[in-house]
Amino acid sequence: MTTRLIRSVVGLALTSAMLSILMFRLNSPIAAVFELSVCSGLISVIFVTTASFTSRITEERLEERKKERFVKFWLLPIIIVAVLVLMYFYTKPINFVSPAMPQETDVRHILWNKRHLDLLGQIAALLAAAVGVIVLFKEKK
Amino acid sequence: MSILILLPFISIIFLNFPSKTMTKKVAFWLAAFVALLQVAIVLKHLITHEGFIYDPIFAFFSYGFSIDLLTQVALLSIGIVSFVSLLVARVTISDESQKFNFINLVLIAILGMNVISMTRDLFSTYIFIEVTAISSFILIALTKDKFAVEGAFKYIMLSAIASVLILSSIGLLLLFSQGTSFANIYMALQTHGNEVLFKLGMGMFLCGLFIKCGLVPFHGWLPDAYSSSSAPVSVLLAGIITKASGVYVLLRLVISVFGGVVAVQNIIMLAGVVSIIIGALLSLTQTNFKRLLSYSSISQVGYIILAAGCATPLAILGAIFHFFNHAIFKSLLFVNAAAVEKRIGSVDIDKMGGLATKMPITGGTSVIAFLSTAGIPPLSGFWSKLIIVIALWKAGNTTYAGIALLASIITLGYLLYLQRKVFFGKLEAGLENVKEVEFGLLLPQVLLAAIIIVVGLTFPFILKWL
Repeated sequence: MTTRLIRSVVGLALTSAMLSILMFRLNSPIAAVFELSVCSGLISVIFVTTASFTSRITEERLEERKKERFVKFWLLPIIIVAVLVLMYFYTKPINFVSPAMPQETDVRHILWNKRHLDLLGQIAALLAAAVGVIVLFKEKK
Repeated sequence: MSILILLPFISIIFLNFPSKTMTKKVAFWLAAFVALLQVAIVLKHLITHEGFIYDPIFAFFSYGFSIDLLTQVALLSIGIVSFVSLLVARVTISDESQKFNFINLVLIAILGMNVISMTRDLFSTYIFIEVTAISSFILIALTKDKFAVEGAFKYIMLSAIASVLILSSIGLLLLFSQGTSFANIYMALQTHGNEVLFKLGMGMFLCGLFIKCGLVPFHGWLPDAYSSSSAPVSVLLAGIITKASGVYVLLRLVISVFGGVVAVQNIIMLAGVVSIIIGALLSLTQTNFKRLLSYSSISQVGYIILAAGCATPLAILGAIFHFFNHAIFKSLLFVNAAAVEKRIGSVDIDKMGGLATKMPITGGTSVIAFLSTAGIPPLSGFWSKLIIVIALWKAGNTTYAGIALLASIITLGYLLYLQRKVFFGKLEAGLENVKEVEFGLLLPQVLLAAIIIVVGLTFPFILKWL
């Protein structure tokens, strides 16, 4: 909702921290640690670093943006209220019982012993991101 | 077959960690070797009918690789289109750094698409769809001009929505299955297929894939991404990336997981036929060469999706062959567009005319590509469309078969219009000194045209052999 990038980043970090607390409460400590360290910590640092490369918005543009920002989303609250009303009247409660979970639930064992291919995928994604940073941000001499 | 995963990965490491001055010189040849080796390996498997050979490196990854006809066709298409894209890049990208970055990104995209084609696990498929998508975003924005960045931004936004839908659906499906492999999901479908949450998961996954495929009404990103990116990137995107990360996954899920569910089949067929009609009609109104081809892609992908939804063995065969044919003839059309853009400096078809006299090879190969796209015999596109229409008719989907046939007439119409405006008719003023493009751009055009003709003429024998 804010016009300032840094405030958005801080908001994102706080949301990730709250999500991390929820994950601890739901007995997923490893997911919670990842959420806190990566999403709340590392990604916020990356956003702040990237924002520091941008130039500050002028006061005139800021005022213009404040006036017009929400105008194009006028339909959104109406849609949300309509969906909530429809859900209240027409949806039935879902009585869901999950089938038995598999024996092995240790994330570390699954990650390192069973999902080698996904680790390769993560390395490939990091390489792609590194090339992307070079392509998009490196200035020619 | 694990070499198809490891070789692109090792190549990327090799190109970036030792001295870049040395590796920049060999980058193109290394990437071309990787693509051609892939084509050679797959052709060998197809010709010799070798089954899946035990591969210790596959065993290390401990699960879920398999090679069947669909995978082989996908891998073959990836190799051919990547090689053609590299050839186009060699001529059209003059900046050596940009060319080096392009080659790196193509190798990452090849890695991603190869794993998507070979894995039989839903979560791994998702991971490598993301790997391919990240490299695509950057490829589209490679030139960093305003329209390219805008096209990349639109693609990122819609792709992010697709990723959220796909990942959420995997979470929902995991509530019912013991794992994320296709076999696990299939077994969960048999026992819990009527559960609301399972149906929601399937629906969300399909929506995500429809966005990735660029099907109507989720096609908003596609024309901007294809038309605003540079020539070799357009070839790669239109030729294989959209197909490998969207269409292939949809085909694989229909074959291995959801294919027996009638509601899913109906939704897929409806999405296919709507894309065929809307894509063809929107192509009629375009004056930008690449945008016209983009909308044509939406229409042609619709044929593949329509056949996938029909889900009979004949329809799946038609879908697989149209997948390959579309990769080839669409790539050729985009290479023709690259050649014209290189000589004219524009893709506005109102500024073109009579170019066939000045660029005879480009014009000739363009005619072959357009005839194949329109399904004119004896070219390759005719056979795959014929199989799709017959399969639809035999399965009782006569309305869809009729619409597919009528849409072919619209396809013929807009491509004839394109040919007339660009290559035939009176030579436009200011184009008197235009010459044919150099060998570097002629080679991919002739190669792709030869594939279209050879596959078209020998298709009955290929079918018998397979």
